[in-house]
Amino acid sequence: MKKINVDLAIIGGAPSGLAAAVEASKKGIDKILILERNIELGGILQQCIHDGFGLQRFQKTLSGGQYAQKFIDELKNRSVDIKLDTMVLEITKGKKIYAINPQEGLLEIQTHTIILAMGCRERSASQALIFGSRPAGVLTAGTAQRYINLEGYLPGKTAVILGSGDIGLIMARRMTLEGIKVKGVYEIMSSPGGLTRNIVQCLDDYDIPLHLSESVIAVHGKDKLTHITVAKVDENRLPIPGTEKDIACDLLVLAVGLIPENELSKRLDLLMDQKTKGPVVDSHFMTSEPGFFAAGNVMAIFDLVDYVSLSGEIAARGAAQFLNGTLTGKEKSVFVEAGNNVNFVVPQKRTLEGKLKSETFFLRVKSPQKNVSLKCYQDHQSIYSKKHQVVTPPEMLSCVIRSGQPTPLKIQVEVQ
Amino acid sequence: MNQKEYVCTVCPMSCRVTVIEHSDQSLSTSGNTCKRGEKYALSEHTNPQRMITSTVKVTDGLIPRLSVISTNPVPKKTLKACLKVLYKINVKAPIVGGDLIVKNICNTGIDIIASRTIKKG
Repeated sequence: MKKINVDLAIIGGAPSGLAAAVEASKKGIDKILILERNIELGGILQQCIHDGFGLQRFQKTLSGGQYAQKFIDELKNRSVDIKLDTMVLEITKGKKIYAINPQEGLLEIQTHTIILAMGCRERSASQALIFGSRPAGVLTAGTAQRYINLEGYLPGKTAVILGSGDIGLIMARRMTLEGIKVKGVYEIMSSPGGLTRNIVQCLDDYDIPLHLSESVIAVHGKDKLTHITVAKVDENRLPIPGTEKDIACDLLVLAVGLIPENELSKRLDLLMDQKTKGPVVDSHFMTSEPGFFAAGNVMAIFDLVDYVSLSGEIAARGAAQFLNGTLTGKEKSVFVEAGNNVNFVVPQKRTLEGKLKSETFFLRVKSPQKNVSLKCYQDHQSIYSKKHQVVTPPEMLSCVIRSGQPTPLKIQVEVQ
Repeated sequence: MNQKEYVCTVCPMSCRVTVIEHSDQSLSTSGNTCKRGEKYALSEHTNPQRMITSTVKVTDGLIPRLSVISTNPVPKKTLKACLKVLYKINVKAPIVGGDLIVKNICNTGIDIIASRTIKKG
C-alpha cells in the first residue's frame, strides 16, 4: 500500500474543493492534495451548461463549465496535487485517509488538516414516496442532465418533471431545447422552489405549465414508463381523492431535493445539524473535530455557487491557521441563535480563536416575507441591518459582520 | 397608458419592475431597486435577449459533448435558428475553454465559444 504525507487533504474537486485548494495555496500551505472520484475536476458544474454562475464573484454570467475552468486554470500555476478517479473509502480521527484508484491501488494518506468538500446527492424516487412498478424512464434531474449534456443521449420523448427547484426548472428548458416535449412541472408545495429568474427564463419563455400543490402519486409501465398519475394535495401534502389524473409520458424527471453527502463524515462522529443535514461548523468552518473543516454543499445546500466557493476559501484560511498553530479548535465557542423567520444559519457557532477580520453567515428563511430587514444582534445590540424587498426560502441570504467579541449572536428577519 | 410587469432576473433580488408606456411613446420603470433593473425591464419590453447555452458534438475527446456559450445574449427570436446551427456542428478534441466555435452566429454579431477545455480521450 502506497503511503503519502500531506498538510491538507481536500475530499472532492468540485467548486468548494477547487476554491479551497486555490486559497490554501495562496496562504502558503505546502503539500495540498485534492482527492476526486470523477475522471475530471469540476463536479456537477461540468454538466450545468446553462449560464447564471458567478454573478457575485466575477460580475459576469458564466456557464458551469466556464466557472469550473477558471479555478482549474488557476490551479495549473500552483503546486497542488490532484488525484482523479480516486475514491475515498474511509477517514479516521487520526487524520488518515484510505482511498483507492485504478493506477495506484489502495492509498494511505496521512494529513494534518482535512476539508470535507463532498457536495450533495439527489433524492431518489423512493425518497419522494413514489410507489408502483419500477419501469425505465424514471430519472433524477442530475442523471437526465448528465445523459443529455455530457454523454449526448436523449432519455425520452415526452417528459413530466416533479419538483420546481432550480434543477427541475433548468431541465425543463434544456429538454425542451433538445426536442423533448415537457408536459409540465409538478410541485407539491404551494410556492415554487426555484429562483424567480429560472421560473421566467425556463418555464415562462417556453410556455411550460407549473402546477403548484400537485404531485406525482404513481408511475405505470412494465419495462418502460407509459404514464404517471398526478393528484392535487391538501395542506398536509396528502393526495386529495378524486383529483387523480393520468398523464402519458416516457420520462419522469425527479428534482425533489438534495441531501449533503456525509457518509464519510458520519463515521467521524462529527456533531451534525438536523436542519442542514451537514456537520456543525464554527466561524472558520471547522467541524466539531479539530483540524476537520467542511465547505460547500456537504455542510448545507447552497443555492449560489459563489457561496459554495466562498465557503471553501474560508475553510482553507482556517486550515492554514490550524497548521501554523493560531487555531486549535479547543477554545470555547458559542451557538448562533436563529431568530424570527430564520430556518437555519451556517456557521452554527462563533469562535474568536484564530484570526478573523470578518465573519460570514449564510441563512435561509422559513417563509416568504416582503419589505424586511435582516438583522444581527450581539449582546442585544444591533450590529448589522440590511433591507430586503423580498425574502423567500429558496434564496439563501448572506451577511458579513466585522468580527467582534465571541458573544452570543442572534440573526433574524424583521418587518420594516 | 399601458403598463406591464416584469420580474427582474439580473440578481436573486427578483424585483418586480413595471414598464409604463406613456402617451408620447416614452417608457419609464417603477419597482426596480437599481439601474440594472431598469435596463433589464426596458430590454425585456422592447427587445428581449437570452444567452445561448448548448452542446456540440466532439470527436476524439475525453467526453462526447462540448458545452458552448454565446459571448453575449442574442435576440430571443433568433434563439431557435442559432440552436439549429449548433446541432450540426462537430468539433475535434483537444478543445481549450474560450475556443471560437461559431463566429457571428445567424448574423447576430455574437460568437459561440467553448465553455470548457476537453482533452483528447
